[in-house]
Amino acid sequence: MSEILALFEHDRGEAAETSYQSLGFARALLAAGVGTSITAVVIGAEADGLAADLAAYGANSVVRVHHRDLTDYAPEAWGEAVAELIAARAPAAVVATGTDRGNEVLAYASAIADVAFAANVTEIRSAAEAHLELTRVRWGGSLLEQSKLIASVFVLSGTAHVFDGDPTPEAVGATAALETYDAVLSETAARTRVTDRVTLSSGITLTTAAVVVSGGRGVGSADGFAPLVDLAGLLGGAVGCSRVVTNNGWRPHSDQVGQTGKRIAPELYIACGISGAIQHWVGMMASKHVLAINTDGEANMVGKAEYAVIGDLHKILPAVSAEIRRRRS
Amino acid sequence: MPRILVCVKRVPAPGARITLTADHTAIDVKNLGFTTSPHEECAVEEAIRLVELHGGSATVLTLGPAEAEEQLRYAVSVGVTTAVHVTHPSLVGESDWDPQATAAALAEVIAGIEAADGPFDLILFGNESADAGGFQVGVRVARKLGRPIVNGIKSITLGETAVTAQRESTSGFEVYNLPLPAVLGVKEGLNLPRYPTLPGRLKSKKAPVATSTVEPVAGGLVTENFDNAAELVVQTTMLGTGEAAAPAIVDLIERLGLL
Ligand SMILES: Cc1cc2nc3c(=O)[nH]c(=O)nc-3n(C[C@H](O)[C@H](O)[C@H](O)COP(=O)(O)OP(=O)(O)OC[C@H]3O[C@@H](n4cnc5c(N)ncnc54)[C@H](O)[C@@H]3O)c2cc1C
Ligand SMILES: Nc1ncnc2c1ncn2[C@@H]1O[C@H](COP(=O)(O)O)[C@@H](O)[C@H]1O
Repeated sequence: MSEILALFEHDRGEAAETSYQSLGFARALLAAGVGTSITAVVIGAEADGLAADLAAYGANSVVRVHHRDLTDYAPEAWGEAVAELIAARAPAAVVATGTDRGNEVLAYASAIADVAFAANVTEIRSAAEAHLELTRVRWGGSLLEQSKLIASVFVLSGTAHVFDGDPTPEAVGATAALETYDAVLSETAARTRVTDRVTLSSGITLTTAAVVVSGGRGVGSADGFAPLVDLAGLLGGAVGCSRVVTNNGWRPHSDQVGQTGKRIAPELYIACGISGAIQHWVGMMASKHVLAINTDGEANMVGKAEYAVIGDLHKILPAVSAEIRRRRS
Repeated sequence: MPRILVCVKRVPAPGARITLTADHTAIDVKNLGFTTSPHEECAVEEAIRLVELHGGSATVLTLGPAEAEEQLRYAVSVGVTTAVHVTHPSLVGESDWDPQATAAALAEVIAGIEAADGPFDLILFGNESADAGGFQVGVRVARKLGRPIVNGIKSITLGETAVTAQRESTSGFEVYNLPLPAVLGVKEGLNLPRYPTLPGRLKSKKAPVATSTVEPVAGGLVTENFDNAAELVVQTTMLGTGEAAAPAIVDLIERLGLL
């Protein structure tokens, strides 16, 4: 029997939506003919309580990894722990969800095990003894790469939100065998660890807002954002922007949408004076509805948007806010 | 005084859409400019700022085709002290080495520089390269050098014996404290990179670039070809022109239940 180890990510014992997707990815690998069973890997005793639930997501067994240094997130220790499991159990594959932590832990584990690592896989196209044909994303999602992974153990992360994160019908009523593995870890493994946290005030944020009013070079200046801020405020939304805007210092980088900014999926994205470069588009393409406001009817954003208005944003946005105020009064 | 190294990669800067060559094995770069990955531009800026603050030196290193000298000179034009170019006859155009081969080459060159000139206190990588997005070269190099690394860094405070770094999380920031020498993978937003000055640009034209070559080790991730991600073809509904379209926009917002 050969197993697929699926890293089950958590933050101090709390799982996120993406945590369960590594099991969905492991099931996709099984379906492609890699391995014969799934073993979930839960690192740190603080997450022991999560182990029992994982059978419903397809885990045949769960390994709880313990060590006194495995408290809170520590990328090096987590990576070493996974590498120890690779050495001890010779799995067919090791997978995680392609989050910041998932990719970081697998990078560590594959570096230690000295095997290849394919990040952000979207599809397993075919599997053979020591090689996989897979598809993964490049350019933050704007380009797909078909590649071959040649390795004694396949180390892969699945692109977040591509694989199933729901309980699987095949596993209804199933239970998973629970094991505990006491990790050895190097003396230095605990040097990279979270030592403190800074919590920002929550409220409406760019990633949670239902409406995002976003501006690009066409806004022209920092002051030019006033009508965008006003409209976003009226709609209980957030302000976003393009990289040109952050590079000019008109808005903070925390407002930037795109490949090197935030990935968002609001109900409505209003793109004002944004041309629609591919690196911007990958950040907002998951929006339910897109309205482009642009002086150029040929702009890429206009062609890709569900709705468009051609004209000067500085004339249009104040008129929209005035109209909202008129209807509300 | 700290010695800081930054590893950067030359990448094309595509516009509205990434166009592929007819055989789909590469990006068609005929009409494209090239740039440094944005995360790494911030790494370069951070290195310069740290040197301005603490003294010491900032070195920039790339593994890439002959043309990648352009990205090294750019880094010099904004204030980096030394540039190192590692190349190989197989690195032409858009051809790329596998992450294992890239990391082995970088680690070998870094070890060589350190043997000659002393260790780097801090080595900066991008969180991920803009094109390949392998999420691993920095970690592999750090492991080979036996140093700690944390990715996703958006703030750096360099001390005498340790570096404090912050990484963005869903609720704020996680704080890490790494003993030096250390390695960090940084993200855009760490700082706002400066533009080159005219004297900086002139200086960079004449600056020496150390060049060396290394042989690739075998790696296990072989890129075969590319495809554009599926694009939804939408029929754009025009809501009008200019401010006269305001009522139609508000109608839309109302229809979506967002008013
Ligand atoms: C590796 C890499 C990563 C990148 N990551 C990101 C990223 O995360 N996010 C991002 O946004 N970009 C990113 N970029 C940059 C991207 O390629 C574009 O340069 C950028 O998105 C363009 O910003 P823009 O649309 O604001 O500006 P422009 O492309 O200059 O477009 C300005 C638009 O405004 C319109 N306009 C002008 N005046 C007005 C007016 N008065 N009213 C209405 N419309 C007007 C114009 O018609 C034009 O369409 C990245 C680039 C690279 C190479
Ligand atoms: N060819 C290269 N030359 C120098 N640095 C590189 C190269 N490729 C990758 N890097 C560095 O490694 C980081 C991670 O790359 P990757 O693993 O491809 O996502 C990048 O942000 C760069 O800092």
